[in-house]
Amino acid sequence: MHLDHSHTGHHPERHSASAALPDGSRRALRVGLGGPVGSGKTATVAALCRELRDRLSLAVVTNDIYTQEDAAFLLREAVLPPERIAAVETGACPHTAIRDDISANLEAIEDLETALLAKGAPLDVVLVESGGDNLTATFSKGLVDAQIFVIDVAGGDDIPRKGGPGVTTADLLVVNKTDLAPYVGSDLEGMARDAKQQRGELPVLFQSLRGEPGARPVAAWVREQFTAWTARAVATA
Amino acid sequence: MAGAAALLLLADGRFPAGGHAHSQGAEAAVKAGRVHDAATLEEFCRGRLHTAGLTAAALAAAAAAGHDPLALDEAADARTPSPALRRTARKLGRQLMRAARATWPGPELDELAAARPQGVHQPVVLGLAARSAGLGPLEAAQAAAYDNVSGPATAAVRLLSLDPFHATAVLARLTPETDEVARRAGTAGSGAVEDLPAASAPLLEITAEQHATWPVRLFAS
Ligand SMILES: Nc1nc2c(ncn2[C@@H]2O[C@H](COP(=O)(O)OP(=O)(O)OP(=O)(O)O)[C@@H](O)[C@H]2O)c(=O)[nH]1
Ligand SMILES: [Mg+2]
Repeated sequence: MHLDHSHTGHHPERHSASAALPDGSRRALRVGLGGPVGSGKTATVAALCRELRDRLSLAVVTNDIYTQEDAAFLLREAVLPPERIAAVETGACPHTAIRDDISANLEAIEDLETALLAKGAPLDVVLVESGGDNLTATFSKGLVDAQIFVIDVAGGDDIPRKGGPGVTTADLLVVNKTDLAPYVGSDLEGMARDAKQQRGELPVLFQSLRGEPGARPVAAWVREQFTAWTARAVATA
Repeated sequence: MAGAAALLLLADGRFPAGGHAHSQGAEAAVKAGRVHDAATLEEFCRGRLHTAGLTAAALAAAAAAGHDPLALDEAADARTPSPALRRTARKLGRQLMRAARATWPGPELDELAAARPQGVHQPVVLGLAARSAGLGPLEAAQAAAYDNVSGPATAAVRLLSLDPFHATAVLARLTPETDEVARRAGTAGSGAVEDLPAASAPLLEITAEQHATWPVRLFAS
């Protein structure tokens, strides 16, 4: 029984990530970035914005644990204009706000969508960063369409072996800070092997934001997701 | 009691309506040193219950009784001097509206959402959600009264690393008073809107304004 669709016809269902805006047009693709504290989520978001902002209409929602530092960093770095950045407060539990009770994040995303639509600049992609959390923190499918899990080589090269929902199920696993591997004695080939074992065919990208090509491979992956999303939206329209 | 399961669902702290990110004044009280253990948490919750709690519960009851939610939203404004608290109440009202329309869809919720897309005070939406779930004014008041003590207690566990058994025992000790406040609110909710209780806690209003300006905090309010 589809209770959600059984009443009124005039409002498309917008409780969760329904695919359309109230006016029936395609809504933005929502991509979540999660992972342990300090792995480089905000740095990756900033780099993605720089790579993609000329081709796509972007916005970012941050979920900090007890400050608005991630949003403040993105504003300071001016990776996007302020009206494209929003911060959600999480009551000390970022995993709750991205998984168990996604209402505040949905509000933030929809406010951005509505505001930018009104300015004639409808959004293509919204990046949602989770505050640094544990290896089990994943995004609800009601909140995002795809999720990236960001770990780094300095947090221990056994993390891919340990698995957990983030490492195992994320649509993309990013192993960041490869430039630090020689200094912390991390075995990148071992990490790649373990990740393959845990994830099967799901993609893994190794990245360093301290040199070339930086976030370009991850940006290319986001663009692919966006292309597939647009094709899907057309097919179901 | 008819609808007991629906009431449990609506009052459950895991109901996904955004409450987990709010301390209902507990964070400011902890920072000021007024709440530092189970005994002081109990005093805080009792104070909240008989003031802001009673007022919220009566608004919820009135919405469940079928009073005009827009008039009740104005009544809630009149009982909430602090702009920060008004903003928080509407924000949470909007989040609860989303959850309620997904769980107990109905034309009254749709109409209110369309009339006030930016949200109305949370207790009003709570009452309308209860109504949509087939519950009456008393049950709506019970959910609101319980929310007013369970929210701060959950927050205190996180803020003070308080023993969760002690915090839950505080809520258990408060159950007779919570029931009594809900009963009074339920009765008031069936009467005229002008006669709804207007009990307030000035310190909660003042500290809410201060809390809203903190650069570093665990909770949104
Ligand atoms: N060496 C090196 N440092 C990096 C790289 N990427 C990010 N960093 C640094 O790592 C630190 C943490 O990066 P953030 O982007 O803030 O990490 P985060 O995952 O957003 O952190 P939280 O939001 O606090 O969980 C910062 O000092 C970054 O400059 C990288 O590829 N190499
Ligand atoms: Mg960050």
